[in-house]
Formats: sequence, C-alpha cells, structure tokens
Amino acid sequence: MTNTDRATDIVQRLHAPLAAVISPRRTISIAAEQLAARPDHELDMVIHRATSLANANAELGFQFIQHAATALDCMPLVDVQAWSERAVELYDHDGLFAATSFLERPERYADEILNRANATSFDDASGMLAIYINGLAGRRLSLEIGEEAFTDTETIYLPARITRFDDLGLNRQLYKATASFLWAQTWYGTFQLDENGATLEQQLAGYENPRAARDHFDALEAIRISACVARDLPGLYRDWQQLQALTGPVEYPAHWSSIIARLQRPESSVQTTLELLPDVINDEGPAALCYQGRIMPQQVAQTTAARLEKDKAALQAALAEIARNAAPATAAENGEQPIVTNTLHFEIRATAKPDAPGDFDLQLSLGGQALGIPPELEALLQSILQDLGGFPTEYLVPAGNNEFDPQAITAEIDTGSGLGNATYYPEWDHQRHQYRKDWCALREQDVEPDPAPFVQDTLKKYHGELQHLRKAFEALRGENQLKKRQPDGDDIDFDAVVQAMTDLSLGLEMSPQLFTQLHRDERNIAVMFMVDMSGSTKGWVNDAERESLVLLCQALEILGDRYAIYGFSGMTRKRCELYRIKTFDEPYSRLVEHRISGIKAQDYTRMGVTIRHLSKLLNEVDARTKLLITLSDGKPDDFDGYRGDYGIEDTRQALIEAKRQGIHSFCITIDDEARDYLPHMYGAVNYTIIDDVRKFDDVRKLPLKVADIYRRLTL
Amino acid sequence: MSQTHTLPVDEYRITEEPYYRPLGKEIEIFVAAHENRLPILLKGPTGCGKTRFMEHMAWRLKLPLITVACHDDLTAADLVGRYLITSGETVWIDGPLARAVRSGAICYLDEVVEARKDTTVVIHPLADDRRVLPIEKNGELLRAPDSFCLAISYNPGYQSVLKDLKTSTRQRFVAIEFDYPAPELEREIVMAESGIDATMAEKLVRFAGMTRNLKDSGLEEGASTRLLVHAAKLMASGIEPAEACSSAIAETLTDDPEMLEAVNELGASLF
Repeated sequence: MTNTDRATDIVQRLHAPLAAVISPRRTISIAAEQLAARPDHELDMVIHRATSLANANAELGFQFIQHAATALDCMPLVDVQAWSERAVELYDHDGLFAATSFLERPERYADEILNRANATSFDDASGMLAIYINGLAGRRLSLEIGEEAFTDTETIYLPARITRFDDLGLNRQLYKATASFLWAQTWYGTFQLDENGATLEQQLAGYENPRAARDHFDALEAIRISACVARDLPGLYRDWQQLQALTGPVEYPAHWSSIIARLQRPESSVQTTLELLPDVINDEGPAALCYQGRIMPQQVAQTTAARLEKDKAALQAALAEIARNAAPATAAENGEQPIVTNTLHFEIRATAKPDAPGDFDLQLSLGGQALGIPPELEALLQSILQDLGGFPTEYLVPAGNNEFDPQAITAEIDTGSGLGNATYYPEWDHQRHQYRKDWCALREQDVEPDPAPFVQDTLKKYHGELQHLRKAFEALRGENQLKKRQPDGDDIDFDAVVQAMTDLSLGLEMSPQLFTQLHRDERNIAVMFMVDMSGSTKGWVNDAERESLVLLCQALEILGDRYAIYGFSGMTRKRCELYRIKTFDEPYSRLVEHRISGIKAQDYTRMGVTIRHLSKLLNEVDARTKLLITLSDGKPDDFDGYRGDYGIEDTRQALIEAKRQGIHSFCITIDDEARDYLPHMYGAVNYTIIDDVRKFDDVRKLPLKVADIYRRLTL
Repeated sequence: MSQTHTLPVDEYRITEEPYYRPLGKEIEIFVAAHENRLPILLKGPTGCGKTRFMEHMAWRLKLPLITVACHDDLTAADLVGRYLITSGETVWIDGPLARAVRSGAICYLDEVVEARKDTTVVIHPLADDRRVLPIEKNGELLRAPDSFCLAISYNPGYQSVLKDLKTSTRQRFVAIEFDYPAPELEREIVMAESGIDATMAEKLVRFAGMTRNLKDSGLEEGASTRLLVHAAKLMASGIEPAEACSSAIAETLTDDPEMLEAVNELGASLF
C-alpha cells in the first residue's frame, strides 16, 4: 500500500466517527497524509484513540487527529496515549474549549512529562533491573530502550520513561514488573517452538485475523504466566497484583472461568494456551495488564532462528571437542590425528529438578558412557532447552571440520591493522550490562627515546626541593631488623634475660620483655604508573607529567619499590596503544630517562583496556601491595563513542576487576570537573585533584605534589 | 634449666556429633586416607562446610581437633613452638602443630595459603611418608603416631595466583573437593541446621541459586550454605523472610548499591 492509499484508508476509517465535524472545507486529509508514513501499530492506536475521543465529542477526535503526527514526533507512543486520555479528562472537567486547546499543543505536554518529578527513566532503573533479571534464571537477557515493552527472547525492550503513576516508587515498581513479566514469558516457554519446530508466528498465522489472535494469545498467556509466577515467586506476584490493583482489576468474560482454571494448572504449557485460543477468539478480549507489554511474534521468530543456528553450530563444535578428547589416547600418542568414529552417539537427558521449577538437570553421555558437562556448555544447553524443550538428534552430531571458528571473530577485528601482535580485551557495555568480547586490540611499543637533557634540566630546576624530597623518602625506607626486648617473639633475648635475672636476684621486678622478634618491615610494594598521553595533555600538562615522573623515579629508587611506567593513548578500539617507558624488570637507566623525555601527546584516552592490560602485568609481580596510579588530565574519551557514561562505566568496571585481583587504584588528575565522575570510577577516597595549579599558575609545585601524594599513599 | 611443657589436648575433643550431611564419598575417602596415614587437602569455596566436615571427622575418629586459622603473619614458630621464660626458667611451649603431633590429634590448617611461605615448608616432612616434625630450636625430632592427621584447606576461587599452593606442597596431599550441595541436599541441611520448614528452606536454596547466577555479573561469590543457614536461623526466630535474606545474605555479599537492591529484590520476589 502506498502512502497515498494509506492516507485514503485513514480518512475512510475515520469518516463515520468524525462525520459530525468534517465538511468539504474542514477535512482531515492533510493530517492523514502526515500520519500515513507511520508504522501500522502506531496508526492503529491513533485511529483507535481518535474513535474513542470522538465518542466523547467528535470535535475532540478531530483535534486529536490534526495533532497526532506532531505528538508522535515528540513523544513515545505510550505518552501519546496518555496525552489523549488527559484530553478526555479535561473535557469532562473543564469543557470542550479547555480540551481542544490542550490538544493543540502536544509539544508542551511532551515537555511537561519529560520534567515530571515522578518519572522514572530507563537509565535510573536499568542497572538494577539487569542484575535482577539475570539473577532470576535462564538465558542472559539484556535490557534496551524500545518504543514498546516486549522481548525478542534475547533483549527486553522497555520504555524510556514510565510516568503512569504519580509516585516515583510505583513507576520504578512498574519497570520491574514489566521487565520481570517479559522475563517470565521467556522462562515459562511462551515462545517455545512446538514439536514440529513451528514458531509462534507460524501458529498464529493460521487464524483469520492473526493480530487479533496474537492479542488473545497474549491475554491467555498472561493468565498462565501469572499463575506460574504466583507459584514460584509469590513475592514478585504480590508486587504485580498491587500495581494492577492501582490501575483497576482486569475483567474477563463470564465463560472464561473454566479456561482460566485450566490455564492456572501447574501442568499447563504454551500448548494449552494455543489449544484454548480458538474458544475465545471471537470474544471481546480483556484489557492488558499494566505490566504486560506486548508479544511480538515476528521479532521473536527472527531472533530465535538466528540463535538456534548459532547454538546448534556451537553445540556441535563443543561435542566434536569432547569427542576428540574422549578418543583413545593411543592414537594421539602415536602422533596420528585421532579419528572421531561416528559409531558413538551423544545423548543428552534432561530431568526436571524437583526443587527448581522450570530448571533441569542435564546428563551428557557418549555411547552410553556418562560425561561431565563443562560449565560453558551448561549455559548453551539450557538455552537450547529453553527454545526447544529438548535436544533434536541432529543437534547431537559433532561438527566435522571446525565449522564454528571462534578465531574468526578475532581475525575480523585484526583486519586493517598491520601492526600485529595485539592482545584482545573485553569492554563493558553498561547499557547491555554485558561485556563485548575481544573488543579492544591493544599493542605495546617502546616510547621513542629523546636524547634531550630533559631529566638533567628537571633535576637542576628542582635541586633545592630534591634534598627535602630525598630525606622524606629515606625516612620511609624499611629494613629487616631484629627487634630486641619484645614481650613476645620467636627467640629469647639473652641480654634481656641476663639483666632480668640480675634484677630478680636483687629483689627487683623482672621485666617481661625477654624476646627478640624479626621485624620484616619490607615495603613489598609494586607500583604501576599509567600516564595519560592523549592529545589534550599537549603543552604544560605534558611537561608537568614528565617532571613528575622524573621526581617519582628519584624517590622510588630511594625506596626500592618496584615500579613500572607506561603511557597510553590510541584511536578507536582497534588501535589502543601502550607505550613502555619502564618495565618492572628494567633498571632505571639513561635509556629510561630518554624515554621519559620522549613522552609526547598523542591521540585519545581509552582507559578501560589500558587498566585491564596493566592489571595483568601487575599481577605477574609478586608483591604484597600492588598499586595502579593514573596520571591524567580528563575523563575517558575515544573517537568511536567511548565517552560520556559508556567510557566512565567501562573504566569503572575495569577498576572493579583490578580491585578484585587485589590491586589498589588511585588517580591523580588536574581536571577541575573530575569531582563529578572520579568518585564513581575510583571510589570516594581513591583520587586527588590538583586543582589549584592553574589558578595560582604554580605549575612548578605539581611534580612535588605528585611525589608527596605517593609518599602519603604508601606510608 | 629447660623443660618441655605440653598443654592438654582433651579440651579439643568433640563429644557431641556435629551435624554433617555428606555430599559424596568424602567421609569414606577421609577415613581411608587416615588409615593409610595420608594428609588431606580440602578445596572449595567459603561456607560450603569444610570446617564442619573436619569437626565431624574428628568426632567420628574420636580424635582431638586442633584448628589453626592461617593469616599472613603466621610464622613457623607460631606453628611449631617457642621458648618462654617463667620463674627464671626457659620453658618450651609447643605450638599447635607440635601439640597435635605429640598427642596424635588432627591438625587442621584453615586457609593455608594465607600463611607465610616458609611455614608451608615446615609441614613438608610431616606430609610425606617420613611423618616427622623436626624442632630445630630444642633439637627434638617428633615422630607422628598413627592417629595423627594433617589436614589443610584452601579456596581456589578467590585467592590471587601468587597465593596459590606450591606444587611441591599440594602434591603431598589427598585432595577432597567441596562445592555447594545440590539443591535437595542443601535444603535438607538448611532445615536440619535451623529448624525451618521445607517450603521456606526450598525458597532459600532457590535464592542462593539466584545469587550464584550473578557470580559473573559483579558478585564475587554467590551465597554460601553458611549464609543460608544464618538467614534460616533468623527466620526461625521470627524475622520476616525478606528481612532475613537482606541482613543475612544480601548485605554480606555486596556493598554496591545497585547490586544490593537487585539481590534484595530477588529475595523479596521469592517470599
């Protein structure tokens, strides 16, 4: 249907309800043309709303249609609906004029809801919800913003904002209810293929009006799913009921009572729902639950088809691997390629766990012999089970010659950069609440040494302060010492004993401090300096960084702490560069000095991948305390979208990973605005902002400050 | 002017049977290893019953159990013993390990990788077929009686690679692996330990499963069986289930506000 046809269709469909207010000189054809480009479901909603508004007053319906296109432009569909409902309320209370003038300004309404204090936004709720949903059970689901609430079995789409209730807490609850309801659809098998492999879309296609069939199916499934959740997660079900009670109970047609009873039985499945569907198809369907969202069979079919293919290939590859390992070892010992015989068959048996509804115990066997299931395979098997309810035989045939090649993904990233030898690191996507696997390619290289006498000049410049600095650090230096006259210890302090015995014989009180203790005052610290070499450091920041490093090296040589210095920069995830200035094993030398003087401002700041790599290096060092100190001038920022929340969240995640490996992170920055994001990234106490530098133009003090911060940090 | 002083070990005897529900063949393996004078290594995450298992085995074998919680300042002298001075004389005081060897008790070194590296070397001659403990400071060579048993534990999950057990140490031991029990078993354990009913116990176990699902999404470890028992005990004393889960489980697992809210919501959804 062309847009012109669609426009005509709209005019025709609205002709009867709006007949009272339209005339040859007052038409809706321009509005219809604007709306014609809109997708079907939006159009249906608009026509439906216009008709019900016209039932209240034809003029209302007319005004609604005139402004519907603008409204759809400036707010999501649910809000357009809320906007039209508000118009009816105004009409009831304040009359036609108030209502029509309200309908004339959809933008104002859109602005208003944007700023409503009770609105809960996706960003506020999604972090917690993603954890919650993944905690429940089943395949990992990610959350994303969508026009409507629905799930395609891999992603749950939720509206950008929820303003349905006047209370912020209730709107948050509604987010949770909607997300958990959509999770329940995937978990309780709403989209499971039938025994012939037919998708829901195919099964509904047999009905005269598939869209009506879908809506009725949705309503019946909601009854079944609510019963499942009431059994398994009563607390969640109570929350759902409370929300629904606030929006008014759903009324079902009278003769549905037996159908509802059947759907609520524990043994009911999606097949029950499909069997019952013909019985209700001609009824007026009940209103949707407030948290119900929608069922989108087409999207589900697409996602499922893609996943099934991927899962099947992955399973076959995994089985091939298992078969290879299970093959007689003698063949391998003889240097021959072990041959996987096809006479042995894999079998997977799923037995329902009595305690965890919907969960299964899986047993894998090869030729009748039971095998253990590796944890990474477990998730895959559960995913297949969730889709198919079992394991078809063709899934259990091991792959022939490595059809599924995880290396391919790596190769894909690698193309286009001839530098070679990259290490791949994942990156955290806070919106999907998932890692992007092998996302960043990082390469290490040496800083080009610069023979300029930068280090000597710096040492001369800070000559006076250096004396003081050295003393301060010498005081910190610890040594093994045998502590005498201790109240407790490994050995007896004979001098003390002799004196104590003399005291005793003189009738004096004997000192109890008679032991020696070997006090190991090892500092045992390994520290990694991560120096920002992004473009923004060009100029005085770069000088200050280099001077700081010179003084730090002096101090660290006194202390004997092991230390390494790396600079980082890069552009896009495919080219993350790490510049070696000094490694842990390398002694401080003229070459290191030249490298320090060779530090130059480069491109961008992609911090997450750098932190992951440097934590790995730090972990290879045996030290009691491990420190990762970042010298930086701004927030994470890279060319390909690595900025704002994304960059901050990835950096934060990388720091959390480091912390879990026992690495303490600290950030020294000169960014005045850093107070907004550093506490979130590094934690409330793990950063210092040197912000008075520019104010007093006292750049000279900065390197000394950095050294002093290090001293206090490791006191 | 020197004498040897050994503290009595009878107070380390366990007289009442500690509740323990076997997960597999660990009791048989332990008994067989003990009969053959082999030392034992218990592996597994925190709170899955390693220490309880040791108590149970000590009771079963009717031996005193001397437990040492290892920390990073634990020296060899702390284990073996040292001289003390009392009323003008030096007195040798056995450390827990020497005491266990002398009296043929079970010595259990909990979280042994936390101890200083030199301490693990002290246990080497005890852990192979020599079964001796040389005490250099007083020139004694203690031979372990048949009933003596050395057991160590460690958690392969969270320690850093550096604190891994040395191969030369671990290859002396018979290793028994522990993990969280299967749901039915875990439910039984929670019921037996706390006295709550089966439905509540089952929900707690499902809650634990949910938190274990989150292990890769930001939780370091899921809820252990011990935490479930804590929550169950609170519930048995009349605390609301959701409250009990929050205090006994969620708050102990994480400080991250988002994670905390999600874990609390999971708990609230179940009850």
